[in-house]
Amino acid sequence: MNTEQPLVHMEGITKRFAGVTANFGINFEVRRGEVHALLGENGAGKSTLMNILYGLYRPDGGKIFISGKEISFSSPGDARKAGIGMVHQHFMLIRSQTVWENMILGLDGLPLVLPRREIKERILGISEQYGLQVDPDAYIWQLSIGEQQRVAILQMLFRQANILILDEPTAVLTPQECEHLFETVRQMTAEGHGIVFISHKLDEVMGLSSRVTILRRGKLAGTLDTSSTTKERLAELMVGKKMVFSIDKKELARGRPVLECSSLHALGDRGFPAVSGASISVHEHEILGIAGVAGNGQQELCEAMVGLRKAESGSVRVKGEDMTNRAPKDFIDRGVHYIPADRKGTGLVPNMKVSENSILKRYWKRPVSKGFFIKWSEVAAFAIKLVSQFSVSTPSVETPVRNLSGGNLQKLMLGRELSDDPAVVLAVHPTWGLDVAATCFVREQLLSHRERGGAVLLVSEDLDELISMSDRLAVMCKGEIMGVLERPADVPVESIGLMMAGTVIRDEAFGREGSQE
Amino acid sequence: MEIIIPILTAAVRSGTPILYATLGEIITEKAGILNLGLEGIMLVGAYTGFSVAYSSGSAWLGVGAAFLVGTLMGLIHAFICVTLKGNQVVSGLAITMFGTGASSLLGREFVGFTIPGLSRIPLPVLSDIPVIGPVFFNHDALIYSSYILVLFFCWFFTSTRPGLNLRAVGDNPRAADAMGISVTGTRYFYTLLGAGIVAVGGAYMSLAYTKMWGELMTAGRGWIAVALVIFAIWNPARAAFGAYLFGGVEAFQLRLQTAGTTIPTPVLMMLPYLMTIGVLLFISIKKGKGILFGAPASLGAPFFREERD
Repeated sequence: MNTEQPLVHMEGITKRFAGVTANFGINFEVRRGEVHALLGENGAGKSTLMNILYGLYRPDGGKIFISGKEISFSSPGDARKAGIGMVHQHFMLIRSQTVWENMILGLDGLPLVLPRREIKERILGISEQYGLQVDPDAYIWQLSIGEQQRVAILQMLFRQANILILDEPTAVLTPQECEHLFETVRQMTAEGHGIVFISHKLDEVMGLSSRVTILRRGKLAGTLDTSSTTKERLAELMVGKKMVFSIDKKELARGRPVLECSSLHALGDRGFPAVSGASISVHEHEILGIAGVAGNGQQELCEAMVGLRKAESGSVRVKGEDMTNRAPKDFIDRGVHYIPADRKGTGLVPNMKVSENSILKRYWKRPVSKGFFIKWSEVAAFAIKLVSQFSVSTPSVETPVRNLSGGNLQKLMLGRELSDDPAVVLAVHPTWGLDVAATCFVREQLLSHRERGGAVLLVSEDLDELISMSDRLAVMCKGEIMGVLERPADVPVESIGLMMAGTVIRDEAFGREGSQE
Repeated sequence: MEIIIPILTAAVRSGTPILYATLGEIITEKAGILNLGLEGIMLVGAYTGFSVAYSSGSAWLGVGAAFLVGTLMGLIHAFICVTLKGNQVVSGLAITMFGTGASSLLGREFVGFTIPGLSRIPLPVLSDIPVIGPVFFNHDALIYSSYILVLFFCWFFTSTRPGLNLRAVGDNPRAADAMGISVTGTRYFYTLLGAGIVAVGGAYMSLAYTKMWGELMTAGRGWIAVALVIFAIWNPARAAFGAYLFGGVEAFQLRLQTAGTTIPTPVLMMLPYLMTIGVLLFISIKKGKGILFGAPASLGAPFFREERD
């Protein structure tokens, strides 16, 4: 049927990291002009496999053929010479340099003194051909995530890569930006490029790819033609067993407001406004979701609402008490708990034990402390209780936290924050990077906290999660709240996408629209 | 005017060794390697320069030898920091201690000698310009070459392909690596080159500034250079300004000493160092975004390709 040599042929690829086999005997192939999706859960080994193809990791076993010739890459430079380009999840761009400077990074064959004008003209030429608009003179730090992705793709096209690996490219984009990206991808395959599309979103895979390879826990679960398969079949291969994700959410009447902010302004780390006049309130028996493309002020908003970031103006109130710019400990004392996205940085101390980490927010309270001293027997007892209650799997409570997996880190943190029934929990990306079981666990815990009368503020980039979990959904763009939606499940996703991109839509508009569908 | 011109002239002269050291450190740090061995490398450079010039009779041979020995010390630092991925602060401090001790020990037999050193070459036409001429263009060749180095590196960092690659390695080695730039090679090269230039700064002390060797003769100038790199926001032109500012205060206090003021000499000798602290305090307090973007983002961090984040 297809006698042409595949662009890429990988055979029996195996890769181990200290103690973990990330890839085990995987075969993979990309043909000219096809989009080959690589599907799998977080940690299934997709990125590892592609980093091997891109020469970043060296395989411990297996062979790689490019256009029929066996090769062995010792660095990404070698892979690039073979025509392989990769757009990483975390873009490999130099933030302090301009777009055109990033384009030519590491290219040989250019004169020592750079011909700026010609480079910029070539960039504009390619960007026009593929509909990827950028300003060559802009600095990377000035660009939005979507624009940075365009630069990263352009960078590969500029290098004449004919095999392009896109590592979860849609994770950071609004629905509209995704559509735009798919157009570009189709344009590229039409010109004969081979595309590897890494994703865990089934709809995208079904819509875009011609073939799918599914990985599960580092092993090959199957390669299928997209046209002859279904979403359900893919999901089954991906998870390993039929797993229906449903949320058992009780209807609850909203209680009194617990945490509120009004006209809140706060600056980001660089000193530019990150939150501009946000007003939201979280109530008892309620999960308030915050949607938005990464980096639109969600993080800063949460930090300002727990005392970790200075409010330039506006106010923060906890159960009616004005708490604007009070110390984080005052917030903790009033039951405002925070689960940061950055687990090993802000959330936990990696080099300290599980037990020590479990008391970080109670070490000054009895019975853990007594006067000047900490009672370690009480600490251990508390930690053991926490570990079993929140099913943290750890060899012992004496284990340093850095040795725990992402899911267990999250469970430990969740346990620490939820164990004394706080008034409100602010959870930022609590399920990011977790497997299905851990994700379910985290969601259940947040929901049961809501049932017990607690308030939850949930920031996530997973729109499905937000829509199914939230009682109300606030959408943020450029530091502003574009609107707060009641019953977000009844609102069309496209409209939420428009709001994420900066359109203000009044909530009443959805009431009618939603009921018609 | 008659008072100011000699002070400015002396400012350039006494600022030059610091300028070389600062330039050397800037290019090393641009690659993401922090080298705190400057003081030691300068002292070894000063000793090597003097001993070779004294024995061979050629000051330029001394400069060359200092550069070579400097790159060797850079090689030690690069091996520890890049290949062994060791702690850059510890390695740098060790190099300073080693350089201080080695130069004092080896230099004992040269104490008390003087050499003709580098001679002054007034540049035709340029040196006749009022004020600017005597201040900038009536010096030895090593000062002129420092001007050229400053201009060269300003241009090199922004307009050339290797300059771009160098900045990429210091800012985001992971990205640079993914783009096919050799992080290891780049870091080795600029650590060696930077250390060589630092050593030339040391050699300037013994070959042109004092024309003799003295134990601990750099008197903390290596440390001043480390501070000036931050003051300069890794910009060679600002480094020149900072170096001459330090040199100016140094020259000014020397003049005050000879003029016989009632201020105790130790207090005067503190002035340039106090000023350095003051300048650093000032820029830290008003910390603009310039510092945020000037600093190589991965400074001091070793690079592991297969580390998962």
